[in-house]
Amino acid sequence: MDSPPEQREIKTYYTTVDKVFRGFVSSAALFSLVVLILIAAFLLFRGFEIFADYGLKFITTSKWDIGNPEDPSTAVLGIGAMLVGSVLTAFIAIAVAVPFAIAAALFIEYYAPRFLRTLLTAVLDLVAAIPSVIYGIWGYVVLLPLVEDWSATLYKYLNWFPLFNVQTPIFGRSPLLAGLLLAVMILPIVTSVAREVYGQAPRDLVDASYALGGTKWAGIKTVVLPFGKSGLVGGAMLGLGRAMGETVAVYLTLNLVFKVNFQILASSGGNVASLIANKFGEATAYELKGLMAAGLVLFLVTLLVNFFATVIVNRSRKIV
Amino acid sequence: MNNEIGSPEVIVPSVPADSGIVEDRTQRNAGNLEVSRRGGLEAVGVHAWFNKHHALADVSLHFPENTVTGLIGPSGCGKSTFLRLLNRMHEFIPKAAMAGEVLFEGNDIYAPGVNPIEIRRRIGMVFQKANPFPAMNIGENVVAGLKLARVKTDDKDALIEDCLSRAGLWNEVKDRLKAPGGSLSGGQQQRLCIARALALKPDVLLLDEPCSALDPGSTLRVEETIVQLSESMTIVMVTHNMQQAARVSDYCAFFLSDGGPGRLVEADLTTNIFSNPSDQRTADYVQGRFG
Repeated sequence: MDSPPEQREIKTYYTTVDKVFRGFVSSAALFSLVVLILIAAFLLFRGFEIFADYGLKFITTSKWDIGNPEDPSTAVLGIGAMLVGSVLTAFIAIAVAVPFAIAAALFIEYYAPRFLRTLLTAVLDLVAAIPSVIYGIWGYVVLLPLVEDWSATLYKYLNWFPLFNVQTPIFGRSPLLAGLLLAVMILPIVTSVAREVYGQAPRDLVDASYALGGTKWAGIKTVVLPFGKSGLVGGAMLGLGRAMGETVAVYLTLNLVFKVNFQILASSGGNVASLIANKFGEATAYELKGLMAAGLVLFLVTLLVNFFATVIVNRSRKIV
Repeated sequence: MNNEIGSPEVIVPSVPADSGIVEDRTQRNAGNLEVSRRGGLEAVGVHAWFNKHHALADVSLHFPENTVTGLIGPSGCGKSTFLRLLNRMHEFIPKAAMAGEVLFEGNDIYAPGVNPIEIRRRIGMVFQKANPFPAMNIGENVVAGLKLARVKTDDKDALIEDCLSRAGLWNEVKDRLKAPGGSLSGGQQQRLCIARALALKPDVLLLDEPCSALDPGSTLRVEETIVQLSESMTIVMVTHNMQQAARVSDYCAFFLSDGGPGRLVEADLTTNIFSNPSDQRTADYVQGRFG
């Protein structure tokens, strides 16, 4: 029997222009990867002592006491409450923003007249670009009194529900306020992603549901919403990532208290990012390391959320 | 072939004798050209526009009850536009407009106060590309229309079997009704879409090139299905396949655009269109001289 012929090597020929361009684009792409790794390495390097001193206790303890500034061994640093605050406010934001985003996206894509559709799409992009400190000030000045009123009402009628109970009925800068503000802030990005996936729903399936005597709502329920489900989850995850990392807006609208707090009406909470902003200016050398370590934790959590968002969004694209 | 207007080569395309659908469809319905109001459908002076583009001009056509009418003509002559006008699917295209009347059982379906959803329930439609709902299994696809239209049924399983049988698909799928609709072959998917349309018990069924994406075997099955269905409902079918029009339809309507809006050139018994058309352009088209 004949042996198969030897395989030939196929060599692709690149022109100089190709090589230069290739080098340029690949270094640009690698640059962001390098920056990512450098930031992680920097945080790990600066915060390493903290992880060595506290281990997992750093994320389970809820105390931030630098003790004697001269003697690091007297300090107790732990971001448990801040992590809980990050997650709590982000989830309030998602729970409020996602239903609004779905409704807004469906309106823009399936109900709005053409001119309104163009206008709203542009406005959404514009709103997404407002600096977060502006949102923070608006939240403090406009939203705070409103939420105080709402909180009082919620407390009055629903205080049997653990989330809506407080020790002392003082509301103010609560996780609810911060969460609602974050909801407003992430609404544009979630709406934008939802609008895009809903717009990709196959026209022939929508037609099929109309041709079967379906109402518009029935068609949306049968075709558009199932089609956009995983894309929407991806959009929500992007919003979640942004809400967890938000600094200034939370700094202005949430009282920093080192105590794990699930009572969303209580004027107590904080998140990791606002902790860093709050303490950074006057931190001792050892405390600074703690803040770096907190930054690393936040960095990893945000990275993880974004990673899952990307996976989910990619999977939804494949179904198309 | 004796005809005075068409050329001597005009022949009705032959169909294999064993296909089971060779019966001369036109004879069965000969003399049925009279307007039948009950369950009947008629277009009166219909025009269609897309934005400023005048796509279809002054089409008047009557579809006798329990017959198959084939809409033929080259691409871009407005056949599909006309079809979509017949069950108010036209209005889903942005900036689409129309003029004239479409009479369903004598009533204009574009009259104010008419519920288009009710119209689409009674005038079903099957599209060029088979489009079963991907998130539903075969059985769910069949009754999807009931769910969409919020119609209650006493015996869902019996309805699924009945519709799939009438669509000629039951024997192929009866053991896997829980399989996703997308797992079927293209021809089976198209018959599933026909079954789905049948579940709403429509009086009229509109088919937009239902076989254009199918292989010859599947095409034959779908054609058989159409002929059987026409015993109990009015069928209007767009087709680019002249043999198919000859095999399946009782009446044929030839559409043509001379660069302007599409117009109806002539409509007649299918045998006449193929053997003895009154317009030279029809003769040229059905013989494949253009289009």
